[in-house]
Amino acid sequence: MTNSIAEIKDCKLIFLIGGNPTEAHPIVGLEMKKALRKGCTFIVADPRQIWFAQHAKLYLPVRPGSDNWLLNAMAHIIIAEGLENKEFIKTRTEGFEELKSFVKNITPEKAEEFTGIPAEDIRQAARLYAKSEKSAIFYTLGITEHTCGTDNVRTIANLALLTGHIGKSSTGVNPIRGQNNVQGATDMGALPDRMHGYQYLSDPAVVEKFEKAWGIKLPRTQGITSPTMFERMNKNQFKALYVIGEDPVMSEPNQNYTINGLKNLEFLVVQDIFLSETAKYADVVLPATSFAEKDGTFTNTERRVQRVRKAVNPIGNTKPDWQIICELSNRMGYKMDYPSPKEVYDEIASLAPVFAGINYARIESNGIQWPCPDTKHPGTKFLHEGKFTRGLGKFFVLPYRAPAESPDKQYPLLLTTGRTLYHYNAGTMTRRSAGIIHKTNDCFVEIHQSDAGELGVFDGEMVKIATRRGEITARAEVSEKVKKGVIWIPMHFVEAAVNKLTKDAYDNITQTAEYKVCGAKIEKI
Amino acid sequence: MVMIPKIKVNIDGKTIEVDKGKTILQAANSTGIRIPTLCHDSRLEPFAACRVCMVEVERGTSTALVTSCNTEIADGMVIRTDSEKVLKTRKMVLELILSDHPRDCMTCEKCGSCELQDLAYQYGVRESQFFEEPDGGIIEDENPVIQHDTSKCILCGRCVRICAEVQQDYAIDFKNRGFETQTGTPFGKPRRDTTCVLCGQCVSTCPVGSLVEKQAVGMGREWDFKQVKTTCAYCGVGCTMYLNVKGNRVVKVTSKAGSVPNDGNLCVKGRFGYDFIHHPDRLKHPLIKKNGKLEEATWDEALNLVAGKLGEIKAKHGPDNIGVFSSSRCTNEENYLAMKFTRAAIGTNNVDQCART
Ligand code: SF4
Ligand code: SF4
Ligand code: SF4
Ligand code: FES
Repeated sequence: MTNSIAEIKDCKLIFLIGGNPTEAHPIVGLEMKKALRKGCTFIVADPRQIWFAQHAKLYLPVRPGSDNWLLNAMAHIIIAEGLENKEFIKTRTEGFEELKSFVKNITPEKAEEFTGIPAEDIRQAARLYAKSEKSAIFYTLGITEHTCGTDNVRTIANLALLTGHIGKSSTGVNPIRGQNNVQGATDMGALPDRMHGYQYLSDPAVVEKFEKAWGIKLPRTQGITSPTMFERMNKNQFKALYVIGEDPVMSEPNQNYTINGLKNLEFLVVQDIFLSETAKYADVVLPATSFAEKDGTFTNTERRVQRVRKAVNPIGNTKPDWQIICELSNRMGYKMDYPSPKEVYDEIASLAPVFAGINYARIESNGIQWPCPDTKHPGTKFLHEGKFTRGLGKFFVLPYRAPAESPDKQYPLLLTTGRTLYHYNAGTMTRRSAGIIHKTNDCFVEIHQSDAGELGVFDGEMVKIATRRGEITARAEVSEKVKKGVIWIPMHFVEAAVNKLTKDAYDNITQTAEYKVCGAKIEKI
Repeated sequence: MVMIPKIKVNIDGKTIEVDKGKTILQAANSTGIRIPTLCHDSRLEPFAACRVCMVEVERGTSTALVTSCNTEIADGMVIRTDSEKVLKTRKMVLELILSDHPRDCMTCEKCGSCELQDLAYQYGVRESQFFEEPDGGIIEDENPVIQHDTSKCILCGRCVRICAEVQQDYAIDFKNRGFETQTGTPFGKPRRDTTCVLCGQCVSTCPVGSLVEKQAVGMGREWDFKQVKTTCAYCGVGCTMYLNVKGNRVVKVTSKAGSVPNDGNLCVKGRFGYDFIHHPDRLKHPLIKKNGKLEEATWDEALNLVAGKLGEIKAKHGPDNIGVFSSSRCTNEENYLAMKFTRAAIGTNNVDQCART
């Protein structure tokens, strides 16, 4: 996020696109509800009538995968009606003319055809967004989990650059991170192209710095991403995988393909707190501790590094992940010796300027938002004040690209997936909690009543959902919540794993999978 | 930044400067003067129902008793929080509240952290001249996490208001009138069949033992628990929470007003999604696959096998045939070590998180 959670309540306008905070980020949802009470205007673009859609000034029922049309058409209106912030565009951005001539033809009427949103509502959305004094955009996976995910993010940024709604308090562009420490995992360089603190391997000086600090020669070629690893596994061109705390069988798209890849491995190690679906294929399973049994830090969606503290002793014969990794490393001949996670953090800070000012003593009470370059620095509440990381903000000209698989005759419904309030990811933790399963404990598929009517499906009936990759059965929830032609299934249920259905197609830049669009059909059973 | 003008008020003989627009309660708190409250929660709009926060304010030659939680300060205001009149009235108010409250502190979950009990103790309220048998009792509801005992309810309205104002779920409300007034779901429906999302926010604000965490019933009182401050392990909001531990067990999860970034609020996952920690399904020993079956092993066996096998593959096929998935479930320190391990110990940059979400 470029803003902080505490700034949300003072937003004057919130444009929420592809995100459902009341369920996926409930406490951010509460802050937005505070804003709502204070009169904040909401524009909500989502294929489902989520909570905020019901309370929005303007609800835009966008067809999954067509966000590009909506966003570019909004840019069209902002420019056509002279609502852009000329001063900001002149001093802080580049590429305006190119965008201007590109969006000239992206009219709301054309956008209506692709998105299913009335042209007049698109106009209204653009006007409201441009004219409000404090406009903030919030988005989550509904925007990024597409083959055009990066394009979508950049098209959103165009709107903020056009209007200058960025780099101020309660005004900006905010992706909300899904999982607890996905921000931290990225920050820590658990990625094939960079060290922690966004220090890229393409810079030889970076590699040299780490070679010196770690006392070992390091590989200089960029590594491969998880989708590429699965591709090689499927071709029998990859030998071993060590999976720490992930459950790719449940979380990766196209489950058959994932399992097939794992089976081809010569050696699979899984480290987890439960025997996950993935662990069933492992040669060795290493039992880790839960967050309650270890010390460390998580970094939240607003870049706040916060303490995790050990509350109970490790259950059974388990060990915290950090300790297991150290013991393995030592056995492989590379010495890792840390008395506790605190010393690991000190090393992290010493090797990355953005975390240099953070240590356990400083985050004892509240956590600090990075960038934090020295121990006097208070941390950074919002990013891009006065200046972007890359200097000028760049407008991107990004024409629509269709999803990898759209509905067709054979699979006429558009399947999109997501999270519910009560469960978390593959459900390994939440489905073992009594209070939560009391509310929901079975998989369901949301379907529009007119689609259900055509299929002769009743509310509560078990149905079969199939795609080119597989099929599952789930309970039909018939209503008008989801857009006509679209069906929605949550991701948490192992007995009806939606990733048996999703397609293994990925964004061209981030390689995020397209969980949000594929063709599907529903049959009565 | 908008500058808020300051005004001067006198509280208990001390003159202080406070931001205009604050309540007497906020002004007093800012100088360290404690005024007791029952229906007040800093997350909610003032409600002024309990009248425990009464203070005396000078009005010309006379004085008036006002509720401090909802009365705004005015320039030059002279306030007494501890005059005889205030203390007498407060005691009477407490007696009235206690008149309709069971006297079973000895078996109550809330004993030790009950705001009413604390006040009764502080003001020495033993007997109530108004005492009558309290109505109500524990409401039957299948939900396994929230217990509601209407006999203990003091009608402060905090639960109703947090559900309406903060959650905006409107799952509970006041019912009936007069002595029969109660709080609860519409028509006493089970929570599962209402708009209730089982967030437990109502439990978090209840000042007495009326709403409590069902799973913690009988597990101990406040003083039995070690409260460990930590960060929620579910979503990216990263709420600050306290694991309440007794023995080697997490008994309940709470938060505190003022916590960053959640100000004491938690959702259903953070507050009630902790059973997994002690679940019997937890892996407790390393496992090694033998003849197609995962069998228990020692750490030495397992770690030696992994190190040996990875070393062997590295030697035979090169390090780039090995990959590591780290995860958002792990701490920063663990992610850092995982990437360091991949690069320094294995010798490849093939480290990633799957599900890049
Ligand atoms: S648990 Fe949450 S939603 Fe349910 S009544 Fe309490 S505050 Fe309202
Ligand atoms: S249940 Fe608790 S919070 Fe609700 S009105 Fe009664 S005493 Fe107040
Ligand atoms: S309590 Fe709920 S909102 Fe807060 S971090 Fe946990 S899951 Fe997210
Ligand atoms: S706290 Fe002021 S009336 Fe209850």
